[in-house]
Amino acid sequence: MTVPPPIAMLAELTHRCPLACPYCSNPTELLGRADELETEVWADLFRQAADLGVLQLHLSGGEPASRTDIVELVRAARDAGLYTNLITSGIGLTPRRLDALEAAGMDHIQLSLQGTNAGLADWIGGYKGGFDRKMQVAAEIKERGIPLTLNAVMHRHNLDDLEQTIDLAVELGARRLEVACVQFHGWATRNRAQLLPTREQTETAKRIVAEAEARLRGILAFDFVPPDYYADYPKACMGGWGSAGLNVTPNGTVLPCHAAESIPHLTFDNVRERRLAEIWYDSAAFNAYRGTDWLPEPCQSCDRKEIDFGGCRCQAMALVGDAGVTDPVCRKSPQHSVVQGILDSVAPGDAPEFLFRGKKPAEARRKEPT
Amino acid sequence: MNLVLAPTDRPYLPRGVRVVEDRVRGGRVLLAPEKAIALDAIGDAILGRVTGAASFAEIVADLAATYDAPEAQISEDVQRFMVGLRARMFLGVKP
Ligand code: SF4
Ligand code: SF4
Repeated sequence: MTVPPPIAMLAELTHRCPLACPYCSNPTELLGRADELETEVWADLFRQAADLGVLQLHLSGGEPASRTDIVELVRAARDAGLYTNLITSGIGLTPRRLDALEAAGMDHIQLSLQGTNAGLADWIGGYKGGFDRKMQVAAEIKERGIPLTLNAVMHRHNLDDLEQTIDLAVELGARRLEVACVQFHGWATRNRAQLLPTREQTETAKRIVAEAEARLRGILAFDFVPPDYYADYPKACMGGWGSAGLNVTPNGTVLPCHAAESIPHLTFDNVRERRLAEIWYDSAAFNAYRGTDWLPEPCQSCDRKEIDFGGCRCQAMALVGDAGVTDPVCRKSPQHSVVQGILDSVAPGDAPEFLFRGKKPAEARRKEPT
Repeated sequence: MNLVLAPTDRPYLPRGVRVVEDRVRGGRVLLAPEKAIALDAIGDAILGRVTGAASFAEIVADLAATYDAPEAQISEDVQRFMVGLRARMFLGVKP
């Protein structure tokens, strides 16, 4: 198999974040500031990535603006020739910093949205005042004409506000709206009972997105990630393991996808010890589930194997304890009953308390939306 | 919104969208928010003429002359390509 060069790199610059979303894709063991790579190490990594074939760089976190060197990092990324996207909650982006980021060549901002009103958004984000601050930042972004995508993370508690979410995206001048239903990794798995939407919500969301997409052609583009527990077939996670993209954690660990550390038998290389090209092409972790040769049945004899590569490894790990089996979300999976069982247990009405990101169960307190 | 370009419309690449050399894979690539699209020879020829000043009709005429192809055919190809980009918000249009 010839391995293509990667197209995109997600740089998780830090795990620090003022918010505490209960579905955060960061691992449940969060790294601290002392673990983070230095500015020069990131800058060198960006050059290595560009040499390797990476075109798109996503600067993410945690909250990337928690890094005091974020402007320098954006400049380094642009100097390396990368398309530079800042994935942010907006908190910490003062007007002065936005000016500096623009001057440094930042290409695009992806702004996360926890909810369409302060009560809901600040409850989900676990950060009082966050929504108002975000709306101010969004206005600053609009005024400057910085290309904006709104990333609305959707789940049981805000999926009913989808229409308002779409209206808000238009109002904020976003060119693109990601309607991203929560994927169950990391913190989200712990909060699955509270986050999983109902089948009815899922069907309504599909209808609303299709209608809005037609109505808003040329005004707002959509990317819709439906909840895959309700799908017939899984998604091609990361476009296939080790095929299109890679992730770097705050301490320089290189992963085939953000949740890959949940697979205990894999060991991952670090950019402090190995060149990125070597990690991409030669490391055991990147080769573990690459291509289709490793696929078990029923995938091996399925005509969708070049489309979804057997689905998500981390999901197989999380649901049935084996990263090497067909994604149980697939209705052809012999273990699909596990997903069915979870769906059957979705009870409308009250759910247990959220476990907010970074909080221990004892500290978790449910704040009702006001 | 009807995204079909009128002959006098002048397409342009909005902020955050650009065409660059792909120095690893070769060829040229359209970079847009969270998307990279490898351009084939036709796409590259079309976008190479998108300046913000040239009208749709001028771009089509130029391509037809350069490639010695019927204008009607070229017009159809360019229209399809541009409508696709507009739907993704990768192309702006000035009247
Ligand atoms: S998901 Fe929420 S808590 Fe996690 S990094 Fe993003 S804004 Fe912060
Ligand atoms: S059997 Fe495997 S390849 Fe086929 S659809 Fe399901 S996950 Fe995809």
